Amino acid sequence: MLGQQQCERILKEVLECAKTADEAEVSISTNESGLTRFAENYIHQNVVERNAQAKVRVVLGKKLGFGSTNRVDADGLREMVERALQTARLSEDNPDFAGLPEDRGPVPTIDVFRPSTERFTPRRRAEAVSRLIEACKAKGLRASGAFETGLREYGIANSKGIFRYQPATVADFNTVVMSDDSSGFANASAIDVYDLDVDALAREAIDKAERSRHPIDLPSGEYPVVLEEYAVANLVGFLAYLGFNGMAYREGRTFLNEKRGQAVAVPGISIWDDGLDPRGLAQPFDFEGVPKQRVDLVKGGMACDPVFDHQTARAAGVANTGHALPAPNSYGPIPLHLFMAPGSTPKAELANGITRGIWVTRFHYVNPVQPRQTILTGMTRDGTFLIEDGKLTRGIKNLRFTASILDALQRVEAIGASTRAFISTYGSTVVPALRIGSFSFSGATTF
Amino acid sequence: MKEQLFKIVDAARTQGAQYADVRFLREENEILTVKNGRVEGLSKITDEGFGVRVLVDGAWGFSSSPTFALWERVVREAVEVARCSGLARKAGGIRFPAGPAVTDQYRTPFLEDPFAISLEQKLDLMLKADAAMREVPDIKVARTSLGFLRIEKHFASTEGSYIRQDLLESGGGIECTAVGAGDVQKRSYPNSFGRQQLTGGFEHIRAMDLPGNARRIAEECRALLTAPTCPSGVTTIILDPTQLALQIHESCGHAVELDRALGMEASYAGTSFLTPDKAGSFRYGSEIVNLYQDGTVRNGLGTYGYDDDGVAACRTDIVKNGIFVGYLSNRETAAEIGHTSSAANRACSWNRIPIVRMTNVNLAPGTWSFEDLIADTQDGLYLITNKSWSIDDKRINFQFGTEAAYEIKNGRLGRLIKNATYTGLTPEFWANCDAICNEKHWGLWGTPNCGKGEPSQIAHVGHGCAPARFRNVRVGVA
Repeated sequence: MLGQQQCERILKEVLECAKTADEAEVSISTNESGLTRFAENYIHQNVVERNAQAKVRVVLGKKLGFGSTNRVDADGLREMVERALQTARLSEDNPDFAGLPEDRGPVPTIDVFRPSTERFTPRRRAEAVSRLIEACKAKGLRASGAFETGLREYGIANSKGIFRYQPATVADFNTVVMSDDSSGFANASAIDVYDLDVDALAREAIDKAERSRHPIDLPSGEYPVVLEEYAVANLVGFLAYLGFNGMAYREGRTFLNEKRGQAVAVPGISIWDDGLDPRGLAQPFDFEGVPKQRVDLVKGGMACDPVFDHQTARAAGVANTGHALPAPNSYGPIPLHLFMAPGSTPKAELANGITRGIWVTRFHYVNPVQPRQTILTGMTRDGTFLIEDGKLTRGIKNLRFTASILDALQRVEAIGASTRAFISTYGSTVVPALRIGSFSFSGATTF
Repeated sequence: MKEQLFKIVDAARTQGAQYADVRFLREENEILTVKNGRVEGLSKITDEGFGVRVLVDGAWGFSSSPTFALWERVVREAVEVARCSGLARKAGGIRFPAGPAVTDQYRTPFLEDPFAISLEQKLDLMLKADAAMREVPDIKVARTSLGFLRIEKHFASTEGSYIRQDLLESGGGIECTAVGAGDVQKRSYPNSFGRQQLTGGFEHIRAMDLPGNARRIAEECRALLTAPTCPSGVTTIILDPTQLALQIHESCGHAVELDRALGMEASYAGTSFLTPDKAGSFRYGSEIVNLYQDGTVRNGLGTYGYDDDGVAACRTDIVKNGIFVGYLSNRETAAEIGHTSSAANRACSWNRIPIVRMTNVNLAPGTWSFEDLIADTQDGLYLITNKSWSIDDKRINFQFGTEAAYEIKNGRLGRLIKNATYTGLTPEFWANCDAICNEKHWGLWGTPNCGKGEPSQIAHVGHGCAPARFRNVRVGVA
């Protein structure tokens, strides 16, 4: 960990090196983490890494140059700036460039750093993994997965007064527990490693693997489904990525161009982005240092607004919502701190009323087929069950879905009363489980 | 450098490592992006550091740092982490067969150093391609990108090996998006995902002729807006080499990674239906299907001198006359099934451990000319350039979409078709391969975005192939 003082020294040093530029922006991101990985009931990979990466964006008139280095000593930083200035000089004007954002005042302070996570040792990770492995061995099952703990720092400054720093810790545990013909999954992430109940996650995955033994074939077709939070997070992430990018909206490439202000889901569905909510991985400013605003994406079933960064907000003549990605970025802004409102149905009761349907733990290898229609395809994985008369009766072999997210959200029949939080590299997703009246499965596999 | 690296592995041995290696990498990356006539990204990225891998009492540990100033701490961490791995050690410990001490150098062959080509020249080429795409009505987004990567890599081990490799990659591509008629369509050239990338120099960029192909691609993109949608049904398909490369990647390349087959990737990327008991007997495809891995072929994106076990790159069979015969492997996994390594152990960076990755997984050419293949097909689809991809975690059920397709009717290419998709099960699909084009149509394609491992690793791998025909394929899924 470089620490706030060292990060700020680097930011100042780079701005000083780049003072011949008309404008300059510098960021520093660091990480220090350990990951203990296991498979077939033993630890097979166990790693420690640390790195610090500085980036600079320099502006000469309307010309831009970028540089990046992980040599953050004085020589490395100076060389990075010189390379960026050289490329800017050789570049062409970008008449659309709106300049760097100005500092509009302080951002809220959100503490997402836990010394307990920073200090968590490889031995503690290995001990937790060993408990899971022993539990699996006792039941004739095989455990695989990963337990990661680490810290990140992000600092950003520019020549127009922005100067920000935020440290964060993250812990993540995931496991797939397998028998000869079944598997079960569990995953959780948290700012504080002691908020992870690894033993409960172990029980969850073991239970799934045991209950889904001897899976049966089920033909493809339309089925009512219960999607657990893992699966819902996947769909919500794609919806945000495909639909609410302010640049894609400006270019006429998203469903929002037709559906903004219209009903796209049942009234109980509300999805928003909020970088300030500590239930996710809170990050009060974006990758340009601009304060993050809460943005409603879907409210009461109605499609709302896209998100913007400095460049796209200027072009659209609207307020910057603080959703920039790291520069250079030709893909536009994306919501990264997603929330879906919980409903009132306890998760255990979501299958009630389903005569014959499917319970999906999670999806695998999901990708867009027709992005504007939000049609995705992917497989079920690690705990797919037949629902009969409201009960999970047995495991089924995995199925391929090809379905529109918006269609699915229009068929939501019940929303789980609780949510789970998942933290990824740049953001987080907090969602409930859902019961959907009809979901399209286009194929099946052999296991 | 050599002295520093041997100091590191010697320290690891002193602290109890039965085996240790260290890799130092220095990378220089140049990325250029032009979008809608604007130079959006012009980046120079440098990255360097070292990683130490140790085997202590039959368990692995790894640590890394961007600076040698911390080398003693890094060695201590790696050994400590390995001892922690011992809390849940593999029964009998990791088997890591001894290897010979190798002292050698390898350099990617190239004709034109891309870092010696001026930025003006590169931007001129890109802006011409960009302008040509935007001349076509309804093209809302035109994007052109070039990327060049130079890697200096040093490897030393307690076995006495010291290997230096200087690797070079060059990539580029164009893509455009048309908006109109209530639809959005995209086309790319030469490949999707922003670029075609190979090992070698700027000669690859010149050979692509991005400006010369830009208008054609943009016109096809616009035509897709009003093209008929892919019908649903079962038909014959011919895959162009770019789509076939990804088909090979997903349904063969990943399926024959031995670490997957042994369960080592179960929680993330998944396992494989090609379990070791199938080697030598399982019918993977029809008799004309011959797949092999080759880390030595010139220009392949998965071409190098030595892998990160210090084993020399080689060529080995994967599927011979339709029968599955061999895996991609490293020293550790090959030993598990009594084989020798296929030199496929690679880390994507200095701060990642090496794992089994694809090299160049290639489909051997057949006998057909492309013209004869079309003429021989009464009814079907010719599918071009990947748009979407998905496959299950054992690599059996797949579904792909392509940017464009052409009807084949009575031996001729017909109407342009949009939103084409096809799906199948891997062994059935390859069993229905009844024609492969000859070496005249064979080429190498780069996949610079292959994800695997935790922490995530993005590998650069390659696939060689020529167009091929598959019967009885379900199309028009979405």
